[in-house]
Parts: sequence; structure tokens; C-alpha cells
Amino acid sequence: MVRNTGRNPKDKLFEGASAFFAFAVLALTALLFVVLLRESMQAIRDFGASFLYSRTWDPVVDQYGALPFIYGTLVSSFLAILMAVPLSLGAAIFINDFAPPWLKNPVAFLAELLAAIPSVIFGLWGIFVLVPLLRDGFMKPVSKYLGWIPLFEGPAYGPSVLAASVLLAIMIVPFILSVSREVLATVPQRQKEAVLSLGGTRWEMIRIVVGQHCIPGIFGATVLGLGRALGETMAVTMVIGNRPEIFYSFFQQGYSMAAVIANEFAEAGGLQLSSLILIGLLLFLVTFVVNLASQWMLSRMVKNASRGI
Amino acid sequence: MANIFEIRNLCGWFGDHQVLKNIRMEIAKFSVTSVMGPSGCGKSTFIRCLNRMHDLTPGFRMSGEILLDDVNIASDRVDPVNLRRRVGMVFQQPNPFPRMSVFENVAVGLKLNGKKMSRGELADAVERSLNMAALWNEVRDHLDRPGISLSGGQQQRLCIARALAVEPEVLLMDEPCSALDPVSTAKIEELIEDLSEKYTIVVVTHNMQQAARISDNVAFFLLGELIEMDKSGKIFTNPSDKRTEEYITGRFG
Ligand SMILES: Nc1ncnc2c1ncn2[C@@H]1O[C@H](COP(=O)(O)OP(=O)(O)OP(=O)(O)O)[C@@H](O)[C@H]1O
Ligand SMILES: [Mg+2]
Repeated sequence: MVRNTGRNPKDKLFEGASAFFAFAVLALTALLFVVLLRESMQAIRDFGASFLYSRTWDPVVDQYGALPFIYGTLVSSFLAILMAVPLSLGAAIFINDFAPPWLKNPVAFLAELLAAIPSVIFGLWGIFVLVPLLRDGFMKPVSKYLGWIPLFEGPAYGPSVLAASVLLAIMIVPFILSVSREVLATVPQRQKEAVLSLGGTRWEMIRIVVGQHCIPGIFGATVLGLGRALGETMAVTMVIGNRPEIFYSFFQQGYSMAAVIANEFAEAGGLQLSSLILIGLLLFLVTFVVNLASQWMLSRMVKNASRGI
Repeated sequence: MANIFEIRNLCGWFGDHQVLKNIRMEIAKFSVTSVMGPSGCGKSTFIRCLNRMHDLTPGFRMSGEILLDDVNIASDRVDPVNLRRRVGMVFQQPNPFPRMSVFENVAVGLKLNGKKMSRGELADAVERSLNMAALWNEVRDHLDRPGISLSGGQQQRLCIARALAVEPEVLLMDEPCSALDPVSTAKIEELIEDLSEKYTIVVVTHNMQQAARISDNVAFFLLGELIEMDKSGKIFTNPSDKRTEEYITGRFG
């Protein structure tokens, strides 16, 4: 009998190295958390839970509350998701099931290329193209005729929560699209054929197999996109308007957690700096939880797919 | 008896690989036809032409005529969706919808194409179909369980019930028993015999005893050609073609 006594020393070295790096990643994350916590201690002590619901952000009187930023981040991200998910899912279905073969790869390639564009470029494009386009093509006519609806109230300046959400939506489409395509590709051919063989149309085929196989995966893709949208900084800062207010119209200007950190960090000190870091800590926790949730959902889906469910 | 299918000079290609060569065949109404032949000879390709299942396969193309009640269904002008309601299909692997209950699995075809049925009508249709598929007695008390919680053989009969629910005239079956144990296989064979009173059945099988037991006619394919088709008694005792004889006596490749 051959006993596997000593493993190859190179294997051992490799194992040790990967364990070290895996541990290093964990340690870095923990360290990041600890540092954020330590640096924000002053704000936590001074404001406590009121930091979460206070609307004042006033360096003159040294009073800080994060509500407008939390609100702006959540609302713009959810709006972005609301726009990006149907768009990505539709595009994924088109690319996978309807596009003629010669169109398939170019479209998929271009869509995924979007993911590689630096966000400051998106921001510039937002300022020079998207914002004027939205202002003249959508906001002005809408506020003229539908301005009495609170959601569309107010003057159509341009930089706004709406502009930020649309820009965010465009930025997260590639991620949701690529995960959705993978999810759609896990549907077994025989399930599609089952629908067709019963006299289903292609559209019914997609509706049924998506309902049967893809809901958890699409949900995972959505949460992944949400994680991206929550943390996006540069592009949002450039088009959201940067006013720390609780808006109720999408045409109003808002602010986001990441944007306020980017704008004020360089000149801040003392309690203001500590408050900014506390916002950072909150953002860190939220994106961490959201990303964890999406990973968990996607891995569960992959497991189900391998069991043929 | 009248023919439901008349197939004339059917050729089929995947890209430039010709898989079906000038098939001519007549299929009588309410008959059971077995399609036999060595692996890769085009049996599946052939029966999938009969309900235009290849429409979604990139690169597949066919020529010739497939007359279903004198209408050429191979023509682009025929809507494959309507055709598939008349020509149902059962697959090699049972493929119930995983998140649907037994009931929903059978009812799914009845809700397609915007059709609406009352709850009562739906329940009647589901019971009737499950009965025809000889599954009703086994599942009547747990219709709301997931379809995939059934055994393999039950799942296959569920798929048969699902196909029958839309009331097709023809049932195509591609090796419906190859994933099943002998007991389930015997049940499905019995079922095919019963169903042939009301349906025309075309079944692909590798099992000669099975073909002999269930079919009126046997078609023997080889390398994309229909070598011969005859009464099953004739094929198994006194085939006209030497290659058929070689195949059924097991002397073949
Ligand atoms: N989707 C496809 N694309 C390209 N070639 C295919 C495709 N499906 C089948 N073929 C080819 O067509 C030929 C006939 O295949 P088919 O599946 O009809 O054989 P079969 O008689 O059903 O075999 P088996 O008994 O193994 O099921 C084979 O050479 C196969 O490689
Ligand atoms: Mg086959």
C-alpha cells in the first residue's frame, strides 16, 4: 500500500501562500472596519443615533446629521435599479434568445465594455450630454404639463436626483446584464423545448422558463447592481446637484453619502471629519451586507442549477 | 385507414451535414409507429421535423414535404405554434417544470396563447389528462406537490399527461422509456397501447422487444435513410432488406 505521507513541498508552499493571502484579505477588511470605527468615534459619541435621522449638516455650528445623504443614496440607487433591471433583463433575453448570431457578440461585447469605462468619464458625459438632454427633452416638458404631480414638481435645472439615477442605471446595466445572461444560460434546453412542444410561443417560453429557473438569479443580479449603485461616487457627485436636502421631487437636487465624503473630505477636520468618516462606515456596512446577500443568493442559484432545479 | 402524415422527399441538414436523405413515409391515423436504427442515424432529427422542433436550432434546414392532413407543415407559411398544439411531444428525459405542482404542470399548456379556462374546467381537464396517462390514482391526493417530487416513471407519465392536456392528434415520443426502470417502462408501453385508440403515436426506441410489443408499423433508419417500413410482424420475422435483418439480428456494427 502506498501511503501519502509527505506532500510535494511546492504544493505545501502554494497552499501556505494562498492561505496567507486569503487571511490577508480578511485582515484588511477587518482593519478597515476598525480604523473607520476609531476615526468616527467622536461623531458617534457626540450625536449617537440622532446622526441617522438628523437633517442638519452645518459646519458653522458644527452640527452633523446624515439623513439627507442616506436618503439621497438610497433613493437614487433604488431608482437606478428600477430602471436598470428591466433594461438589462430585456437586453439579456434579446441577446440570448432573439438576436441574430451576427448581432449577438457585438452587442454583448459593447454592453460589457461599458463596465470598463472609468466613472469620471460617465460623470463628464452626464454633465455635457445626459443632463442637457434630460432637461430639455424630458424635465421641461414634463414639468410644464405634469408639474402638479409632486414627483415632478419644481424647476427643471438639470442636475438632479433624476439625472443621477439615470446615470447610475446606465452604469450598472453591464453588471446586471452579464449576470442575467449567465442566469438565462443555465436554463436547460429541454425545459425550453417542453414549453414549445405544448404550443407555446417564444415569448411564453421565455416567460415560463424565467419564472421556473431564473428568479433567484435575477434577484441576485439586482442586489449586485444595488451594491454597485450605493457605492458609486464620482459620477453621482457630478450630476446630483449636491444639496443636502430631503427632496420629494425627482427634479430636485440631492446629495449622496459617497458624494459628500468626496466633496468635503479634503477641507474637513475635527468633528466634521469624524462625521464624514462615520458616513463612510455606514456606507461600508450597507454595501458589505448587500454584496454578501447577492453572493449568497447567486451561489444558492448555482447550487440549484447543478441539481437540475 | 387514412393517413395522417404523408412525408415526401424529406431531407434535413445541420449546416452542410446531411442528416436526413429523401425520406418518404406514410403514417396511418391511430397507428403506433416505431422508429428504429443505430445511434446517430437521424431518428430524433426525423421526429423533431414532424412538429418543427428544429425551428430554433441554428443551422438546421430541411426540404421536401410533410403533409399533415394534406397541408405541408414544412412550409414557412405554417405557424409552428398551432402545429405543435396538434402534434405533441414527449422527451427522453422527463422534463416537468421544477417550480410547478403536479396540477400546474398538467394545466400549463391550457393556459398558453392567452386561453382562459374556469377553475372547474381546468380541474376537469387535468383529471382527464392524468387519467389518460394512468397517473391519476397515484397523484390524486397530492396534486399540489411539486412535479419533480414524483419518481422518474411518474414524472414521465406526468409529461405525457401534460402533452395530452392540450388535446393533440399526434404524440411524438423520443425514447420515452430510456431513462426508466422496467416496471415504469411496462406501464408506459401499456399506456401507449391504450392511447393509440385516440391518438396517432410515433415513438423512437432502441428496444426491439418494445417495438414489437407496441407498434403497428416499424420504420428502420440507417445513416439518414429510411431503409424500410412495414408491419411490425413483417419487419421482425421477414424483413425485405438485408440491412434491416442484420440490425434486428444484432449482426450490425
Ligand atoms: N443540434 C445539432 N447540431 C448539429 N448536428 C446535430 C444536431 N443534432 C443532431 N446532429 C447530428 O445529426 C445526426 C443524427 O442525430 P440524431 O440525434 O437524429 O440521431 P438519433 O438517431 O436520434 O441517435 P440516438 O439513437 O443516439 O438518439 C448525428 O450525426 C448528429 O451528430
Ligand atoms: Mg435520438
